[in-house]
Amino acid sequence: MSEISMTGGEALVKCLENAGVKYIFGLSGGAALPMFDALVGSKVKLILVRHEQGAAHMADGFARATGRPGVVLVTSGPGATNTITGILTAHMDSVPMIVLTGQTISSMIGKDAFQEADVFGTTMPVVKHSYLVKATNDIPRIIREAFHIASTGRPGPVLIDIPKDYSSGAFTGELFPEMDLPGYHPGNGDPDEAQVLAIATALNKSRRPLILAGHGALQADAAEALLALAEKLKAPVTSTLLGKGVFPESHPLALGMLGMHGTAYANKAVVECDLIMSVGSRYDDRIIGKASMFCREAVRIHIDIDKSEFGRMIKCDHYCQGDARKVLEQLLPLVGELKTESWLETLDGYKKRYPLGYKLRGGLKMQHILDTLSDMTKGEAIIVTDVGQHQMWAAQFCKTEIPHTWLSSGGAGTMGYGLPAGIGAALGNPKRQVWVVCGDGGFQMTMCELATAAVNQIPVKVLVLNNRYLGMVRQWQTLFYDDRKSGVDLEGNPDFAKLVECYPGGKGFTLKRAADIRKVLQRAMDYNEGPCVIDAIVEKTDNLFPMIPPGAAVEDMIIDEPKSNRKLEKPTGST
Amino acid sequence: MNDIMIHTISVYVANRPGVLARIAQVFARRSFNIDSLVVSPSSDGRYSRMTIAAQGSAEGLDQIILQLGKLVDVMRCVDHAMDTSVIREMALIKLRVDPVQRTEALQICEHFAGKTVDMTETSMIIMMNGNSEKLDACINMLRKFDLVELVRTGKVVMARGDGGT
Repeated sequence: MSEISMTGGEALVKCLENAGVKYIFGLSGGAALPMFDALVGSKVKLILVRHEQGAAHMADGFARATGRPGVVLVTSGPGATNTITGILTAHMDSVPMIVLTGQTISSMIGKDAFQEADVFGTTMPVVKHSYLVKATNDIPRIIREAFHIASTGRPGPVLIDIPKDYSSGAFTGELFPEMDLPGYHPGNGDPDEAQVLAIATALNKSRRPLILAGHGALQADAAEALLALAEKLKAPVTSTLLGKGVFPESHPLALGMLGMHGTAYANKAVVECDLIMSVGSRYDDRIIGKASMFCREAVRIHIDIDKSEFGRMIKCDHYCQGDARKVLEQLLPLVGELKTESWLETLDGYKKRYPLGYKLRGGLKMQHILDTLSDMTKGEAIIVTDVGQHQMWAAQFCKTEIPHTWLSSGGAGTMGYGLPAGIGAALGNPKRQVWVVCGDGGFQMTMCELATAAVNQIPVKVLVLNNRYLGMVRQWQTLFYDDRKSGVDLEGNPDFAKLVECYPGGKGFTLKRAADIRKVLQRAMDYNEGPCVIDAIVEKTDNLFPMIPPGAAVEDMIIDEPKSNRKLEKPTGST
Repeated sequence: MNDIMIHTISVYVANRPGVLARIAQVFARRSFNIDSLVVSPSSDGRYSRMTIAAQGSAEGLDQIILQLGKLVDVMRCVDHAMDTSVIREMALIKLRVDPVQRTEALQICEHFAGKTVDMTETSMIIMMNGNSEKLDACINMLRKFDLVELVRTGKVVMARGDGGT
């Protein structure tokens, strides 16, 4: 029993403090008043956003940079629905997040009260779990359960909808109650020994193995175990977009990212391997291309914490449910060095023959800037991307070395993710420089959060690769729709360098010439008083390659720009 | 395409609001039509038992069961094969029959071990228990009369012997 009387909102904030929450990302409103009131004088620092979508992405960025759940607090109705894009983004990429939404008083629920929305119902398909609070005294138990659910097993977002009468009502309950989750069994991630043994046996027979590392490996802190296993086996490692950072890309066994816009050599490895072992990836459609053709001659292995992913996209020969780190650690003593010399030679040949490259003539190239950025940051900075061409080029050219330094919206492909996620990452890991790489399209979706960065003096460095187009869509229209451009011209863009200087402490740079890349990037690196934006005026119509057309087999990868006049078949796959 | 089969799935869930919506959503997202659904509190009132009959490919159904199993409110979820479980349902069938037709309707009812639970000069209600195939056969026979209304409870299922449902 609490000695001093407190409200439900105060109990909630107490629980957040006890859970070690440092920041809460949010925007107030009527139904959230008691909770915001409880934040006054609290150890939890409120980061006031300018739009609730930004709050959700910030919490997401915080979570990806730290491995700890990010927390969002918004009001009812539109405040809550504005977070849905951010919740979807976190859900698709298995990011731990707690979303607290105000709700109208319980007696008014279902009566179309002012700012009422059925948030519990609306968000159901995009959360790992959700609650509608039914009593003030339930709040601590629900908070505790929410953190447990969000961060164990396969992580994900948990939403708690809190009617105002419960957040303002008198709290008389227990602040450290027991959890009541009879239906939730995330387990401890220990794999089945027989399955591990079967995988080890398959690995020991392989001559052309390929390890595919995904977000699950990163979240399970499996980087060390992965490195040890790959080096012992002498097996090459490719990673998914979200797996970047789990294996150092400077390592001779690293192949970089695979998939639709992956490196040619990673995709060649997929085509020619005799065994593929996915660790914490879900074999999603960006990776496998045409499912029936994917590694059809190879032994296929799937290691995942979530058994519902098994057989969902492709059938595998071996499945193993478990924590990626534990599985890899148990595999290590069971495997020996494989005879992979000629396989690694073949792959090195591909690396030399099909390197990532770009032409220096013509206008300023995104690739050139990103290549230089990677060279200057040396894998030490946190790179946060938005979604589009720049994202894929960043994935290709920005080499990652350390886990939790590469943040990108993968599954959902959410434009507007970059800046707010970068702010969250900077708060979560203030020791590292944070670079937000975005396009002019995505940046404008959430650029109101420059105010949040300015007010909190967050030295996030925003590199806007500005081609005045929605470049990825324009590329598809060029390749697959006879260059009939529809709804892709971003005429009317502001001067982004000027724009950021409207904010206190904001600094803008304009980059137009290739010769200035290094100088301008350095000036941005040296500016730490607040957010800065580099408006990089890049070539308008550059196309991104390699590319596996959607629905096509990995074998059908287009490595370089097709000769002009060669029209490509309309893709058959999804987007 | 896979063969379309009818599956009877038993889901043991937390007895609280919103749970049915979560479960229905898993079926709807994968375009599975729910043929019948029975929900009632179990012997332990904190939990409910749902028996869901649905049609679809075995592969799609495996995914649904895995997805249902992931829901925090779901304790367990089992696809019941016919040979290891008892499946029953009940139907109420209202017929418009005049005294001339009544005898034959009663014969059919008797053959299928049904009971008449209401009778007027012009109508009768037959109550029929059993497995779904028997109910289908009986209803087909009764269609020769003016079948005014048909209400079926949907299947309920219980594993045979010591097996858990």
